[in-house]
Amino acid sequence: MDITELTVHELMDKLKSKELTAKEITKAYVDRIYEKEKDVQAFVTTLTEEAISKAEQIDEKRQNGETLPEVAGIPIGIKDNICTKGVRTTCSSKMLENFISPYDATVTEKLNSQELISLGKLNMDEFAMGASTEYSYFKKTRNPWNLSTVPGGSSGGSATAVASSMVPWALGSDTGGSIRQPASFCGVVGLKPTYGLVSRYGLVAFASSLDQIGPITKDVEDSAILLNIISGHDEKDSTSANIEKKDYTKALKNDVKGLKIGIPKEYFGEGINPEVKEKLEETIKKYKELGAIVEDCSLDIADYALATYYIIACAEASSNLGRFDGIRYGYRTKNFTNLKELFKNSRSEGFGAEVKRRIILGTYVLSSGYYDAYYKKAQQVRTLVKKEFDKLFEKYNLLLTPTSPTVAFEIGTKSNNPLEMYLADICTVSINIAGLPAISIPCGVNSEGMPIGMQLIGNHFEEETILNAAYTYEQATKFREKYKPEFKGGAK
Amino acid sequence: MAREDYEIVIGLEVHAELSTKTKIFCSCPTEFGAEPNTHVCPVCMAMPGTLPVLNEKVVEYAVKAGLATNCEISRDSKNDRKNYFYPDLPKSYQISQFDKPLCEHGKVEIEEDGEKKTIGITRIHIEEDAGKLNHNEFGAGSLVDLNRAGVPLIEIVSEPDMRSSKDAENYLRKMKSILEYIEVSDCKMQEGSLRADVNVSVRKKGETKFGTRTEMKNMNSFKSIVRAIDYEAERQIDVIEDGGTITQETLRWDDVSGKTFPMRDKEDAQDYRYFPEPDLVAIRLSDEYIENIKNNLPELPESRRQRYVEEYKLSEKDSKMLTASKYLSNLFEEALKICGNAKAVCNWLLSDVSRILNEKEMEPDQIPFTAPELAKMIELIDKGTISSAIGKKVLEELFENPKDPEEIVKEKGWVQISDEGAIKEVVTKILENNPQSIADYKAGKDRALGFLVGQAMKETKGKANPQMLNKMFLEELNK
Repeated sequence: MDITELTVHELMDKLKSKELTAKEITKAYVDRIYEKEKDVQAFVTTLTEEAISKAEQIDEKRQNGETLPEVAGIPIGIKDNICTKGVRTTCSSKMLENFISPYDATVTEKLNSQELISLGKLNMDEFAMGASTEYSYFKKTRNPWNLSTVPGGSSGGSATAVASSMVPWALGSDTGGSIRQPASFCGVVGLKPTYGLVSRYGLVAFASSLDQIGPITKDVEDSAILLNIISGHDEKDSTSANIEKKDYTKALKNDVKGLKIGIPKEYFGEGINPEVKEKLEETIKKYKELGAIVEDCSLDIADYALATYYIIACAEASSNLGRFDGIRYGYRTKNFTNLKELFKNSRSEGFGAEVKRRIILGTYVLSSGYYDAYYKKAQQVRTLVKKEFDKLFEKYNLLLTPTSPTVAFEIGTKSNNPLEMYLADICTVSINIAGLPAISIPCGVNSEGMPIGMQLIGNHFEEETILNAAYTYEQATKFREKYKPEFKGGAK
Repeated sequence: MAREDYEIVIGLEVHAELSTKTKIFCSCPTEFGAEPNTHVCPVCMAMPGTLPVLNEKVVEYAVKAGLATNCEISRDSKNDRKNYFYPDLPKSYQISQFDKPLCEHGKVEIEEDGEKKTIGITRIHIEEDAGKLNHNEFGAGSLVDLNRAGVPLIEIVSEPDMRSSKDAENYLRKMKSILEYIEVSDCKMQEGSLRADVNVSVRKKGETKFGTRTEMKNMNSFKSIVRAIDYEAERQIDVIEDGGTITQETLRWDDVSGKTFPMRDKEDAQDYRYFPEPDLVAIRLSDEYIENIKNNLPELPESRRQRYVEEYKLSEKDSKMLTASKYLSNLFEEALKICGNAKAVCNWLLSDVSRILNEKEMEPDQIPFTAPELAKMIELIDKGTISSAIGKKVLEELFENPKDPEEIVKEKGWVQISDEGAIKEVVTKILENNPQSIADYKAGKDRALGFLVGQAMKETKGKANPQMLNKMFLEELNK
């Protein structure tokens, strides 16, 4: 038995039956990290020794008859923009290269209270700005299905670590597709919860009105389990929803009969790769076979979503990243003679090109004289996007689209062309604009064996519907039994 | 044109630190004067990933201020970010309110020489204070103290309705008094918990358009505000008279030289890039909520003044002076409760106490003694233990070294001589030494009696009971 091939719910069963100990599980993952990390470069910080000693403590507690949470002793990986007390949180930026947070994010506290074991902090595009993880200051993470391609981004480290079985599951964050698109590229399951379902306290902000933390897992059941752990109202986050806590694993009914699924035609038009389109059409057929009612529909406003997204996200980012000024923490230039130079040079030297690009864009759209034409207009379009989704959800339980118009692209092919890189988010950004939940699950591979993902979008706080539909499809198609990443090709 | 042909136009932006126990977006204490960076947490230090949570008390206090200044209270308000870089601003943006303030369209009344005037309140909004830079305390460079970062403020913006530095002073005193009365700010100007940005412009009388204004930031004493306005108006008139134009700019008032100086160069014209704060939700207030605050508003100076006239039979003028400061007024009421002599407490506060405050350039909230101490002193006079002349000395002592007046009197040996034998002795001695006065008195010159009593007081260092002296001299002289 290869422990690292197991899902979390399988590991939990084996912990329960005492077939495996936390230490055996953790050790297996640590070994796997030693084996694969050099090829895929998913971690910014590994905590292998700490993880094993934590596992030993948990095993001891279990042996002593202490009642522990069911997931106690399961390892996890954490995207490096989620604050972890005592362990550096870099956002994959030179700016925070040596930054150690003095506090834990709310989700980190939740993981700790479940006695999950952190294996380390995962690579990402700097400050979550990017769609390929190439914009990390530290390293380029590789896609385990083909090492010369990108894992997607910005949660590329999280998706890669799960896909290469270096962690059984991971936390990512999603501002415009940063969980779903890498999950799609890496053939794993990525869920972006409804805005407000998971506390953002301790998530280093990129765009406050769009950011959400979510699970990246091997299968849908694990996604439900991790969502159970991280969701819930948090007094420290005013935008967190005060709703009753749910058990998402109970939603996995393996039945979609009568479920109404809309297929917005705009997502299948120009720009979509033919093989991706073909796979999605097979998926639609599959849902019909399973008893769902599938219909074509339209989301006209989708064309404006990308522009709207980049205006709002950049505007918020330009303000959110102001605190990195070289005064209290983070990178400080050595090259200054006055205050202005201290600010300017610390930020010029500490941020990468893409982050600076977005700060400049965001500053521009908020500037007096431009605010109405850009930011205000974008907020108005945002309202329209929400309304259009509302209308669709009056008719449908779910919407189905590709997660990305393409499979993972070659490293270096888009990193110098920001516009093309921005287009990688085309299928995912409107969901963040509307604050909706959506999942990406694998629905096959292309002719070169690269995974293709489909996206299921639900109404606000309808994660249960999404998870059940995804689970039903997963059970019927068994992607994981058919395909596995082979670490093909060498790193360029 | 002559100086009198110009009209001065003044608008004030008053910043008042609210006296909530905790900061506006975290639970750190707001207390003044702690060791640097001890009242801080990840939120007010703007650690990456932290989020603000609005302190509901801040909204309540701001609504109170709005209601007390006759504002309309917004049912639907929000927070906005004001973006700029400065080392004392840890997030590099200040959470404030831009286009939807909590309170709007208010007014307060001021009075000068019996003439009443209404000053419009444009808006009152809530925001967070910044930290403090301590310059050059430890050699070169500055140190940042974030204790004040996140202390809640209200900014009260007036209409440009003031026409003289006296108007501005009256308005600010009025505002201070209102805020003290409703207990939303302790208004300690010397600690910076009440400060004002002063906008000044001038125009020719009869002109309907406003002139270009300049702004003097962070003024925190009445005296410097008055001086600064007078200086700045004079300067602007001089510029215009010399054929120049006024530049809209921010100025710094220098108290030592008594002049204003430009604070920033024009290049640095700030664009604050305001936008709605995405980390906070809209502030929605119900009618019940507002009604409830309205019904529980403490007594305001106006109604207290009226009460003094009716209940304590004080004059309009005295009542107004007493109630202008809540501290003075509270001192009055507390002392009154103990000694029961409204007239005496009022007189002491408005004459001698006010005179000493003036001499020492102190505000009523800096009075070092307590109401019971003042009451005790008045009781000592009423009982005849000390004379009012000694009372004045006791009061001076209370300012220097406040403690139980009875102890002061004992220590200093100021107890009034009311012993008949002792008084008689003094009277006899004075009469012996002043035969001319006796003759004058007998010749019908009543003033001679006053002179004799004065001599006796001098002899006893003011300790003799003046009534007894009077009586005994009369008895002796009329024998």
